[in-house]
Amino acid sequence: MKQVYSVPKSLQPRSTHYCPGCTHGIVHKLVAEAIDDLEIRDRAIGVAPVGCAVFAYDYFDCDFQQAAHGRAPAVATGIKRAVPDSVVFTYQGDGDLASIGAAEIVHAAMRGERITVIFVNNAIYGMTGGQMAPTTLVGQKATTAPFGRQKEHCGSPLRISEMLATIPGAAYIARVALSSPGNVAKAKTAIRKAFETQLAGEGFALVECLSTCPTNWGMAPYEAMQWLEENMIPYYPLGEFRTPEGGAE
Amino acid sequence: MVERKLFKGNEAVAEAAVRAGCRYFFGYPITPQNEIPEYMARRLPEVGGLFLQAESEVAAINMVYGAAGTGARVMTSSSSPGISLKQEGISYIAGAELPCLIVNMVRGGPGLGGIQPAQSDYFQAVKGGGHGDYYTIVYAPASIQEMVDLTMQAFDVAETYRMPVMILGDGVLGQMMEPVEFRDPVPRELPPKDWATTGAKDGRAPRLINSIYLKPDELFKHNLKIAERFEQAKKNEVMCEKANTDDADIVLVAYGTTARVCRSVMDRARAAGLKVGLIRPITVSPFPYDDIAEVARTAKAFLTVEMSLGQMVEDVKVAVYGAAPVHFYGTTGGVIPTAADIMARVEEIARAEVRK
Repeated sequence: MKQVYSVPKSLQPRSTHYCPGCTHGIVHKLVAEAIDDLEIRDRAIGVAPVGCAVFAYDYFDCDFQQAAHGRAPAVATGIKRAVPDSVVFTYQGDGDLASIGAAEIVHAAMRGERITVIFVNNAIYGMTGGQMAPTTLVGQKATTAPFGRQKEHCGSPLRISEMLATIPGAAYIARVALSSPGNVAKAKTAIRKAFETQLAGEGFALVECLSTCPTNWGMAPYEAMQWLEENMIPYYPLGEFRTPEGGAE
Repeated sequence: MVERKLFKGNEAVAEAAVRAGCRYFFGYPITPQNEIPEYMARRLPEVGGLFLQAESEVAAINMVYGAAGTGARVMTSSSSPGISLKQEGISYIAGAELPCLIVNMVRGGPGLGGIQPAQSDYFQAVKGGGHGDYYTIVYAPASIQEMVDLTMQAFDVAETYRMPVMILGDGVLGQMMEPVEFRDPVPRELPPKDWATTGAKDGRAPRLINSIYLKPDELFKHNLKIAERFEQAKKNEVMCEKANTDDADIVLVAYGTTARVCRSVMDRARAAGLKVGLIRPITVSPFPYDDIAEVARTAKAFLTVEMSLGQMVEDVKVAVYGAAPVHFYGTTGGVIPTAADIMARVEEIARAEVRK
């Protein structure tokens, strides 16, 4: 009988602490599948963020370092420069990467740092309990934006992928969504490409994964998927913003 | 005979680090320590190492964290405002039990302060510095040769105790030139780096560099483990110079640049018939409490001299523990105390405490 599916070897066989309906589990699986497919588990060193994925190291079956809030790209830089043969990836949320770690991500891209960044954008702070993120949509409610995010008060959300795609050292930048089986398949391809970019030594690679946070959005999981498609994708369009074929400068 | 070369302090500390096996340097420009990153940018590529200028001190110390986590010998350097920025990372490095070297060429503060030498970051350096329950090992050299010697052994010490080591200099020590020779330190048996994250090869279990322990009893145990290593450092690593303390009525206590001035004061006082000695802590963390306590059994008074408004003097008082009066003389803002001013205090104390 032909086996058509199995749990990736690079994931540890245990259940996660993530809330029901959270998309972190999907992203973890896609990253682990890419590590399996490219046979890089014994060279992989992950960098965990501060946020819901702080315990990512509990789920991946490879070496890991846990970084201070937002500093994962700097930690990854230290690892990659000291062990150039390693395959280094950071796993960061939108508070971690787009707010407190904005400088670190921009300069890692500027240097063309040969790392792979998995950026989970769910438009809210999850672990701390639903505060406003730089990616929270205008009008979207958060515990620190109880009347909905107001543009006049705190600006419009950051489009990280578009911003990083303007940086010469960025070799692969893509935005995907985890809202349907078709989109998950595209996400899988993008994450694999982001690792291949590093393996080819082509430069900095980032995949922004539009994700849901049913708990802090106050929605059922399916409802959250629909909300993502109807509200996030129009503001955060999907696609590849930069590819190695397009040429890192 | 080992060759002696004239070296500027900042360049000497960099060369010593390279000779001690440091191969990675991550830093950010700030006066008065810029010769360290500049030297490393030229020197490290010659030995197959890597220099990288980070986007900020915050990023630099986190690059140190990442590289140290792979078992590499790595360092950074900065001066006071930059060290404040690095404190987040230093706390994480301490929590994750990683060895590294941090050089702080202290300048005047608070805030942007000035660029002249100061000792006003003593509290920050020796009482942990960042958040959480931890100490680092801090060396306070008083000459370029000593800065070289201490740097040469700093990486071994950091790896022995798995904690950050700091060289606490100042603008004078960074900028002045003295002849130095590079001598290998006494060899130490170093523990294996069986924690380094380099990729889980050959079937070994994955490794984790980490400082989060959400369960209070686990964090309790973790902090005790780190504290136990520092206790070992207290037993094995305390360094202190004592000069003329056996018969001294008045004992000067000073470290670094200030200790050099105090040495002149001691000589001048002895020539004037005053029995003055000097205690110079070389490790300011762990602090030589016992050495000072021993001298306090015979001395009539202490005078702590610092380029601050009184920081190390608190540790001197703890060590003396009421056995004798502890006086203080300090300058701040980048002003170096003069031998004449310190001598005046010595004479004042002699009149009040010795000849009464």
